[in-house]
Amino acid sequence: MAYLDHAATTPMLPEALDAYVATAREVGNASSLHGAGRAARRRVEESRERIAAVLGARPSEVIFTGGGTESDNLAVKGMFWARRPEGRTKVLAGAVEHHAVLDAVHWLGEHEGAEVVSLPVDHEGRVRPETLAEALDDTVALVTVMWANNEVGTVQPIAELAALAAASGVPLHTDAVQAVGQVPVDYAASGVAALTVTGHKLGGPLGVGALVLGRDVPCTPLLHGGGQERDVRSGTLDVPGIVSFAVAVEHAVKHQEQHAQRLSALRDELIERVLAVVPDAVLNGAPVDQPGARLPGNAHFGFPGCEGDALLLLLDAQDIAVSTGSACSAGVAQPSHVLLQMGTDSLAARSSLRFTLGHTSTRADLDALITALPPAVDRARRAGMSR
Amino acid sequence: MAAARAVAAGHDVTGVHLALSKNAATHRTGARGCCTKEDAHDARRAADVLGIPFYVWDIAERFHEDVVEDFVAEYAAGRTPNPCLRCNEKIKFAAVLDRALALGFDAVVTGHHARLGADGLLRRSVDLAKDQSYVLAVLNAEQLRHSMFPLGDATKEQVRAEAHARGLAVADKPDSHDICFIADGDTQGFLRKHLGSDPGDIVDAGTGEVLGRHDGAFAYTVGQRKGLALGRPAPDGRPRYVLSITPVTNTVTVGPAEALEVSQVDGERTVWIAGERPVGPIECEVQLRAHGRPAPAVVELDGAALSARLRRPERGIAAGQAVVAYRPDPAGDIVLGSATITAAS
Repeated sequence: MAYLDHAATTPMLPEALDAYVATAREVGNASSLHGAGRAARRRVEESRERIAAVLGARPSEVIFTGGGTESDNLAVKGMFWARRPEGRTKVLAGAVEHHAVLDAVHWLGEHEGAEVVSLPVDHEGRVRPETLAEALDDTVALVTVMWANNEVGTVQPIAELAALAAASGVPLHTDAVQAVGQVPVDYAASGVAALTVTGHKLGGPLGVGALVLGRDVPCTPLLHGGGQERDVRSGTLDVPGIVSFAVAVEHAVKHQEQHAQRLSALRDELIERVLAVVPDAVLNGAPVDQPGARLPGNAHFGFPGCEGDALLLLLDAQDIAVSTGSACSAGVAQPSHVLLQMGTDSLAARSSLRFTLGHTSTRADLDALITALPPAVDRARRAGMSR
Repeated sequence: MAAARAVAAGHDVTGVHLALSKNAATHRTGARGCCTKEDAHDARRAADVLGIPFYVWDIAERFHEDVVEDFVAEYAAGRTPNPCLRCNEKIKFAAVLDRALALGFDAVVTGHHARLGADGLLRRSVDLAKDQSYVLAVLNAEQLRHSMFPLGDATKEQVRAEAHARGLAVADKPDSHDICFIADGDTQGFLRKHLGSDPGDIVDAGTGEVLGRHDGAFAYTVGQRKGLALGRPAPDGRPRYVLSITPVTNTVTVGPAEALEVSQVDGERTVWIAGERPVGPIECEVQLRAHGRPAPAVVELDGAALSARLRRPERGIAAGQAVVAYRPDPAGDIVLGSATITAAS
């Protein structure tokens, strides 16, 4: 199989898997007072410290969660609830956020009296700092802008945005699930108030993640119970998950630079070869030659006249895993809101396909894709655009 | 189960669930219709069990234009459409088939209860109670050439038992009924919402006397007895039925049961499946509504028009339904062709 969908999920790193299995053999609730409990607690705290160290955070700022969606929901809803009593009811959200953020924000709008303001993006999918500057005022509860986009891979000017928000006394949350391990991510240096990271996008296990949340950032919990995580998040800690997650985060961040170099070289080759066999394919998102503008593993194309879904099916039949990058609600693919917000028309948005590379990607994956793509494009073109 | 049988027959099968509504949440919940998230889930699980790929194809827009809007327009024109028939003709064996063929597939496989032999003839299912050849009779020979109905030679009970044996969740699903895009089953409410209220007279066929008022002629179907809300009984004390609907005058005409009897049925948009179109009149059987009993008739074609002289009168024949001609056959009655009923007298 040629797996070109690492942005959806990437295989576990061998060391993360080993750590998971070894820890899962041990008994112990991290909240228990006896020896087994203390051992579990120690593993959790060591993991917290390892993650904090590589992400530029203090250990107490790392709150373990059940993954990216939970971290996003906790940050968006929790920070909104905490600041609403001060009359801050506005939520500013990037227009190309993941649904874990977007739907949480819209839920606040529909049920909690939030005034939702969408921050438009340019044609590369970037929220420009001046856009945020104009939208900020003293009724804003929080800003949420992703570090890097999951579909087209555009990296946001997070430090600039966070500085603008901070100058207005507004905390900024960033969903960095696609960014950690791909581009340099330093929580403290970025100036953000809250940062989402998740295990399975960087070689850790599914179902575990963290919200890095400043000690001085008020946040109302979503989950009530044992108060395990600073009273901001309750639930028995997933010790093997957390240990494995920490191993993966540490590995991903420590090897980020060389990983990014290898991936971007491979990705550039992929783009070149795709354009060679399908000359009218259109690369979406930020240019690859602009340093730091795009995730190193991301290539996102429009194939004019092809239905993205049809291409996916045809490539899938050749055992090549790609994504249309579109949100899927009730199994019905909608044209990507990311592309629409970038100014792509809905027909072109439906013609798009995302290829994302990761730590197991090789040139052989590219070879398989380049062999299968031209006939798939021909066939999908003959099938045309369904209505 | 159709997919399972196709897989077992050695075909390379891909599962496709059709998303027919832009807003899946408006569809009925529970496993009654065919478009709910739960049904999509069950279909996906069945594909898992069979080890075949599975995709959702969004054809909501086409479905809305070709089936839902057609359904409403037909009622507005005083006819009684069969949306399943239209869906087969325009969606399953047109939009979906075209896409499948273009993508390199050879045929569309569905779970309809009908037999399609190597001879290209469409026959009734062995399970006459479940036979669905009527709603497939609108397909032309080219469409049928790219269709497979693997369940036609099994009874519903056999199919369920087989599904159960294979561990497919569909084994215990209730039969699908009604109209899949009318979530609550309230067709009148659906039509009222789309067509609004349009009051008019309910008139006696014999005397021309106005017997009552209606709130929209679309709410009535030929042969309907209940819900007429006529203030007073007929002079002869016998029940009255809807005999006809006239959109031009917005009139619903009612009369006694025997006035419902027709011996001549005219149709248009004829499709002839079985071999050459006959030149002269042919003796056959016709079915005039879904689950209707076959009636002996003489059928004659004239271009796109079809006429059927019934050997014995039938009651409550509504324009908009299909007239399907069958040739009785010991190996399963053969579908000869079909047309959309325009008039009955």
